[in-house]
Amino acid sequence: MADNFDEILNGLDKYVEKISELKDIFLANLVMLSEIPSPTFGEEKRRDFILERFTEYELQNCSIDEKSNALGVIPGKTGEGNILLCAHMDTVFPVKTDHTVAIQPDMVTGPGVADNGVGLAALVTLPLILEKLNLKFNSNIILIGTSRSLGKGDLEGLRFFLKHSKMTITSGICLEGVRLGRISYSSIGMLRGELSYKIPEEYDWTRFNSVGAIVNMTEMISRILEIPLPRKPRTSINLGAVEGGSSYNMQAMKANLKFEIRSESEEMVESLAQQIRNLSDEMASQTGSDVKFTEVARRSPGGTEFSHPINTRGREILNKLGIKPRFSPSTSELAAFIDKQIPALTLGITSGENISEIDESIHIEPLFKGLAQIVGMIQAIDGGHCNAAN
Amino acid sequence: MQQIEKWLKENTFHHSQFSNIKELVDLKQRQNVTISLCIPTLNEEKTIGKEIVLFKSQLMERFPLLDEIAVIDSGSEDNTLEVAAAFGADTYLASEILPELEDKKGKGENLWKAIYQLKGDIIVYIDADIKNIHPRFVYGLVAPLLLNKEVHYVKAFYDRPLAFSGSIRPSGGGRVTEILTRPLFSLFYPELTAIIQPLSGEYAVRREVIEKVPFPIGYGVETSHLLDIYEEYGLSAFAQTDLDQRIHRNQTTRALGKMSFGILQTFLQRLRSKHEIENFPELNTIFRQFQVRDETFETIEYNITEYERPPMISVEKYREKFGRSNKKK
Repeated sequence: MADNFDEILNGLDKYVEKISELKDIFLANLVMLSEIPSPTFGEEKRRDFILERFTEYELQNCSIDEKSNALGVIPGKTGEGNILLCAHMDTVFPVKTDHTVAIQPDMVTGPGVADNGVGLAALVTLPLILEKLNLKFNSNIILIGTSRSLGKGDLEGLRFFLKHSKMTITSGICLEGVRLGRISYSSIGMLRGELSYKIPEEYDWTRFNSVGAIVNMTEMISRILEIPLPRKPRTSINLGAVEGGSSYNMQAMKANLKFEIRSESEEMVESLAQQIRNLSDEMASQTGSDVKFTEVARRSPGGTEFSHPINTRGREILNKLGIKPRFSPSTSELAAFIDKQIPALTLGITSGENISEIDESIHIEPLFKGLAQIVGMIQAIDGGHCNAAN
Repeated sequence: MQQIEKWLKENTFHHSQFSNIKELVDLKQRQNVTISLCIPTLNEEKTIGKEIVLFKSQLMERFPLLDEIAVIDSGSEDNTLEVAAAFGADTYLASEILPELEDKKGKGENLWKAIYQLKGDIIVYIDADIKNIHPRFVYGLVAPLLLNKEVHYVKAFYDRPLAFSGSIRPSGGGRVTEILTRPLFSLFYPELTAIIQPLSGEYAVRREVIEKVPFPIGYGVETSHLLDIYEEYGLSAFAQTDLDQRIHRNQTTRALGKMSFGILQTFLQRLRSKHEIENFPELNTIFRQFQVRDETFETIEYNITEYERPPMISVEKYREKFGRSNKKK
């Protein structure tokens, strides 16, 4: 345990150097993890790989739970605190995507290598890193590959663990592949929803307005865009994906819209969701079609204050490593910690390109600073340097 | 036929049987053998980095199964050697190994020179163009050699369809295997038909065996290994391991035509020399394919000569380096 935070800061450069000696092992873990397809709700094979690694590194309590999380514990000397490090196992890529990863001297390319191959590789390589740096902590370090995080998963894995774990989690660190320098400590209010528009089979096409699902969906999109958004609290509606119809000469029978409402205010999120719900009801009654509003995921705004020591220490560690901290609110795993009022932050590990594309890439060189940052952060929390003043 | 059934049952494996790499390392240490990996390359900068990283981290650093990883290159025009070296492989230009010999170009040349350059008692050959590379490609081939002293040569095969509804499905190799090699083996070496993918470029072999066989430097190298080792040791010297899927470049039918021509040359030459066939005509070395230009047929001619390197044991410098003698059994 480091008694003095300056000691931790001064040790960081040495960590970077030592961790870079584990480059091959980290990259191999990254490749093998990323090449296992792992769509949301289908993370089992990645989970098994992670568990195999945890078992091999002789972590304690290596296990899976009902929601398919992969779990291992590095026991602390006193076990006074429980620091949870998590990385989500799911990706946006379906199984049929070619998951082949390529390595060049300076970068690694392949679907999901950044989101969240690097986060997972950091999670499974961490026991080796700590061993190499000869670091032991008072707190237990709980490592968890979380399932069902993205989209409809709605953080189901992590939420389940936090709800049912017998260990009281004192702090959390969420690992995300990109971007190094990122510190997220607060979550904005968010609602993910889908609007589906379906024309009934028995629809009377001679009726006025019989233009098909796509046109009516377009109409609904225009109406959503007309909803006034306040400057404060900061609020936005993102239209993320649209699909509909089947071919050139067919009337479109179905159309579907995926959207996300984000706001600093929970009330504003609810109010906008209600307006979109009303729009869908109105469209249903006007056209006689089935228009369905489905809420897929929701996050409450919250988090620690900017001045909370966990954030201050995070910034200091990055500054010491020569990386400019960038603050951004998060809609990721962090929200599950926030709901439980556990101080937590999300850290990026390296830089990358083409995120969420088939040719998603990460840069190798910044990885080592990103990993040193994580070690420094664990030390800071374990040493009591991140405790809020009473 | 009974022999084939027995061999298929006893000497055909799946890589998952050997996933306990630690056990293999224990076996290797008890037997006091060294294992070298050779990756022959020609313009493989896109895939070589990953191969080296995976093999080095998993099979040298994590489990010391391999004693060396060497890339032997035919003169790539891209950055194959630089990338391989950046990730810590030993890199060699084939032309710089035994430089006093006349320079020959071909994959077989790299494989042959590896016997001189590499130090292992077991040599594993893995092609560099495998996109889905995984440590199983090495341990799956090495394991049968460590587990059974009678086995000298382990060949890879790849057999795992993503979906199959019935209980019986065809199993086999690529187009050249099914149209050329297996019919030839059926005619002349029926036992060898049991080798599911005789042309696969991934295999592991004991030095004391591979140093005694000649090496065609081109397309015929895999076929000649099988024939020569079979003649000397019989089917029981072989084993094969299912390595699941292998994703690689697909070749055009025309390219496979050239390959088949080379394999046939190797095969027929062996048939002639080993069976003293009388009145066997000289083989032509010109392979012809055709194309149509403005309604006129044009001939494209390739001169494909399957030049062969002699058994490495016959090279004096090799015998000196490894303290070997060239006495026949």
